[in-house]
Amino acid sequence: MADVFGQFKDSLPESVIADAKDAATKEKMTDSQAKKLMEALLDEQNKMRVAPGECVGLISAESIGEPGTQMTLNTFHFAGVAEMNITMGLPRIIEILDGQKKIATPMMEIYLHKPYSEGKDIKKLALRIKESKLDDVAREYSINLTESTIDVSIDQTQIEALGMTMGDLVKAVKKENKSLTVSSEGETITFKTKTKDDTFNEIYKLKEKLRETYIGGIKGISQVLPVKRNEEFMIVTAGSNLKKILPMEEVDSERTFSNDIYEIENVLGIEAARQAIVNEVYKVIESQGLNVDIRHLMLVADTMTADGNFKGITRYGVVSGKASVLARASFETPIKHILNAALYGEEDSLTSVIENVMLNQPVPVGTGLPKLQMKTK
Amino acid sequence: MDEELHVHKKVGSIGFGMMSPKLLKQLAAAKIVTPELYDKEGYPVDGGLMDIRLGVIDPGLRCKTCGSKLKECIGHFGYIALARPVIHISFASVILTLLRTTCRECSRLLLPKAKIDANKNKLLQLGADKGPEAQRKRLKEMLTGAKIGNKCPHCKARQQKITIEKPTTYLENEKRLSPIEIRNRLEKISDDDAHLYGLNPKTVRPEWMILTILPIPPVTMRPSITLETGERSEDDLTHKLGDIVRINQRLFENINAGAPEIIVEDLWDLLQYHVTTFFDNAVAQLPPARHRSGQPLKTLTERIKSKEGRIRHNLAGKRTNFSARTVISPDPMLDMNEVGVPRVMAEKLSVPERVTEWNMEYLKKFVENGPKKYPGANYIVRPDGRKKKITEETIEQSLEELQPGYLVERHLLDGDIAIFNRQPSLHRMSMMCHKIRVLPYKTLRLNPAVCFPYNADFDGDEMNLHIPQTEEARSEAEILMMVQTQLISPRYGLSVIGCIQDAISGNYLLTIEGSEMSRIEAIDLLAAVGIDDFSKLPKKETVTGKEVFSVLLPNEFSFVGKTRSSDEPELIIEKGKLLKGVMDKANLGEGSGFMLRNLHKRYGADETISLIGKFFRLGTMMLMRRGFTTTVSDTDLTEEARQEIQDLFKKTEDSVQDLIKQFEDGTLEAFPGRSAKETLELKIMELLNNARNETGLIVERSVPQHSHTMVMAQSGARGGLLNLAQMAGAVGQQALRGKRIDKGYKDRTLSHFRRGDFSPDARGFIKNSFKSGLSPSEFFFQSVVGRDALMDTALRTPKSGYLYRRLANALQDMKVDHDGSVRDASGKIVQFAYGEDGIDVSKSEGGKINISRVASGVRNG
Repeated sequence: MADVFGQFKDSLPESVIADAKDAATKEKMTDSQAKKLMEALLDEQNKMRVAPGECVGLISAESIGEPGTQMTLNTFHFAGVAEMNITMGLPRIIEILDGQKKIATPMMEIYLHKPYSEGKDIKKLALRIKESKLDDVAREYSINLTESTIDVSIDQTQIEALGMTMGDLVKAVKKENKSLTVSSEGETITFKTKTKDDTFNEIYKLKEKLRETYIGGIKGISQVLPVKRNEEFMIVTAGSNLKKILPMEEVDSERTFSNDIYEIENVLGIEAARQAIVNEVYKVIESQGLNVDIRHLMLVADTMTADGNFKGITRYGVVSGKASVLARASFETPIKHILNAALYGEEDSLTSVIENVMLNQPVPVGTGLPKLQMKTK
Repeated sequence: MDEELHVHKKVGSIGFGMMSPKLLKQLAAAKIVTPELYDKEGYPVDGGLMDIRLGVIDPGLRCKTCGSKLKECIGHFGYIALARPVIHISFASVILTLLRTTCRECSRLLLPKAKIDANKNKLLQLGADKGPEAQRKRLKEMLTGAKIGNKCPHCKARQQKITIEKPTTYLENEKRLSPIEIRNRLEKISDDDAHLYGLNPKTVRPEWMILTILPIPPVTMRPSITLETGERSEDDLTHKLGDIVRINQRLFENINAGAPEIIVEDLWDLLQYHVTTFFDNAVAQLPPARHRSGQPLKTLTERIKSKEGRIRHNLAGKRTNFSARTVISPDPMLDMNEVGVPRVMAEKLSVPERVTEWNMEYLKKFVENGPKKYPGANYIVRPDGRKKKITEETIEQSLEELQPGYLVERHLLDGDIAIFNRQPSLHRMSMMCHKIRVLPYKTLRLNPAVCFPYNADFDGDEMNLHIPQTEEARSEAEILMMVQTQLISPRYGLSVIGCIQDAISGNYLLTIEGSEMSRIEAIDLLAAVGIDDFSKLPKKETVTGKEVFSVLLPNEFSFVGKTRSSDEPELIIEKGKLLKGVMDKANLGEGSGFMLRNLHKRYGADETISLIGKFFRLGTMMLMRRGFTTTVSDTDLTEEARQEIQDLFKKTEDSVQDLIKQFEDGTLEAFPGRSAKETLELKIMELLNNARNETGLIVERSVPQHSHTMVMAQSGARGGLLNLAQMAGAVGQQALRGKRIDKGYKDRTLSHFRRGDFSPDARGFIKNSFKSGLSPSEFFFQSVVGRDALMDTALRTPKSGYLYRRLANALQDMKVDHDGSVRDASGKIVQFAYGEDGIDVSKSEGGKINISRVASGVRNG
């Protein structure tokens, strides 16, 4: 029976073949019936083919744009156990399609290998991932104005929780503050400025800066939350840093993901970014209870990533890559485009829709495509 | 028909470039020398800005250049010879780059020759691949990278620092560079060097960016308006040009008279200002030129850009004749693909029909009726294209004149093709083709089932109607845009047209368990729907509702699905008989069920649309026979139920107070990563939500079970159980941005409450129902949330509108090629197969191949 399905490997999608297999076993089909089924499915698929010339782009744009009016603006979705806020709804879609490099709420879902996924040391692991600052372990800051020093007393239990020793801490602090002389004594670290006679204001500013000193963990990850999902422990984070997280041995790098598409492009490449766009937009649309076919999102994602770079749907992104001057001019900043076109002597060959609308000519999609040819004698 | 010899020309491509002063002079029809517009008689002055060599805007005059009359002459450019050269503001930044990166002595690119030669091809290739901007950027990088000091690598001349004082003053070492000097330098730049900047030597010379000659646009693009007083009001551009000409003349005179340099310079600057604002009146550093009234002039740039500009408003936005617009109203007796057109409209709109020998008599009848009597005709068109209006007086004459080859613009008739549209036209189903039904009264009418794709309702909505005028347009509309062809949404592959509201309630009541009627009644009902074959109805004294409904179904139709009802969750239709399940929104509604999708698949669009029409009428007819209403008593609760709700609230209130006490004592254990206060809020929210949900259940249990309000909620026709619970039980917690209300006064929501009060009442929990009425504080809380929702919609619409515009603009050229790949306008491949499998969503079943249907088809032979 398997070879019946194998024959259609090239003509039908995998998922259809798999489902057909299930249906055939459920219905207890004979080989000839199964073959008939597959032929019927192939026939069905051919009937559903898109017609050449179909302006699928516009259909996709409509399919995403139309439900946009129905989406709510300020929905914040609570991930897992009512913890972190994540931009959802229309703002999130706009953020993704804009191709913004800095997103409002970066987030990661870190899946773990066994035994960590069973809950071993999950809290510890989470704390190790979280970016720690001096402020997290400091108990007290005291400013000595006459000496221009700042004493920071350290909460020993906090450092232990982070899996650090006092020595590690001092080393980390020294590395971050090369312009200061750092010394430690017992539970206090003393910072001394190299210039003397600092005003109180300057010292105070320095203190505020010290609080933000990076001492450990992974940069960019401001919050961590271990959660149990489907009988499996994992870590949800606010802030994202795939480059550092993925190589960790505890992390299941195949399932771990970030919602920062720009970062995904940098770390995992353009194909991953494309898939991330589809997934992220689909997540929002689904959470709003709307129904949009995934093919439309694929087309949008493919347009955004077609030339190997992650481009937003803006005048600087996808639209700027259009060949036609008039198409670009009709979108935004027309003067700029026309002037540049003049300088470079561009020629618009009128292959896209909008220029032909401007000139009252048939548009080159759909029924505007067929042409009549006449043999002249 | 030799008189119809139109040559259709097609624009193949449009080239962009700059015009040289020489070309401008050659193109110009007149040289403008005087700022005066008209002489004493009001006749345009020769050499003035309204010179009739530039075209005519007055009736009766003839253009001196082409000899045509008003509206025939498209206008001709003129020119002004500027006394001194002036910088074109739009190229100011390009000029600066050119000055900075070329030698001040020899005007060669400040790069060693070897480097130029080595990189030339690479640069030009870059320009061809990624556009000239990338090329210029790369060149700039090369220039900063090539450390040449301040000596020209070609002639060893020392370079000076060039800065710009915006907008148009260039300084070299703090010393001003005059446009003449700049022009001289730019002139010396070789074509080869210019090419490296991305400037195409075939179309642009750098020195053309400094204007010596200013083209004067034809009068036809700046027509003056004659006010009621007989006074002429000139266009903004004419005003601006007048300024330019005036200053230019004064500059000429002063130079010729040998005036002091300082006066000449001042005038020159003024000329520069006027020319700059002529091109762009919104330059950051310049005060905009204004009318006497103080309102800024609209000059060239403002004419082109933005939504109201030439490009988006006039070029990309088309207007049409043969269209109509009015208020819409529902008419379930119309077919879904019909539109009811009021008689007055049908008499104004028309369809052109060509007279032939065979339809001469038929068309003559329309002409005989004239424009006033329906069905008549408004115009006849002679073969040479001359239109002749038919009036009461000219009917006879027109009739005599009419012969084959003429066109008759006759009134609309039933069955004519029209395109119906409601704005905002967000998807393709917002413009569908309908067949016309001419009806009395004055609204456009449509079947309520097609409201959903148009997103229309009848609270005063207006819609537009367009009448295609050519055979090609009509057939295209009929084949591609007819309502039945749009049944399946390309967004999700399910039916967008289905029963709504009363039609759902009616079918629900008809098919519900226990619904019965006598055979006579059933036949009466079915006849009202338009059925005349009752052979499918069982020959019994009483028939069930399901049997009545089954009469509509096609004989061979089998379907298994789900319903919304918990009593009969399964829907079984076998061989055209509804055996089990009720017809509710899950199956009849738009965008939800597979039943309509399956009908479409099996019986095609035409059959489905007529079936939906029958379902719809069956539903409404059923209700008309049975009676359907809603009343306050639908929301009456039993005394016990009311007591139960009271107790529930008491209990909840107590638990909340407990929590608050724990919080105040500091014994409340915080959730991980949350503060105690946040934890408190979350816990209270949970409690209150439970309370509301339980109220809902109590209401559902104790409200009259077969009330019409319940029928509507259960069938999905309108309203849900939540609405009913809010009317009968309690409105519940008002949530603002997912939290309880906590804004307002210091530490409290309203001045009704104590500070720091966390109790449900003080934070927006509404215990009352809409029927019992809200207390003042509750009313305020509801208004807070209501306004927030209102703001949300008001802010969302423009945002999503812009997103949509951007998407549409970016994707509009994507089309499926003959090889199945998706390509953009320049032929670049975006997808190898559309959606990875090449399936058209609007031909699929919810985006998929329905394997189980195909499988059962195979099994059953």
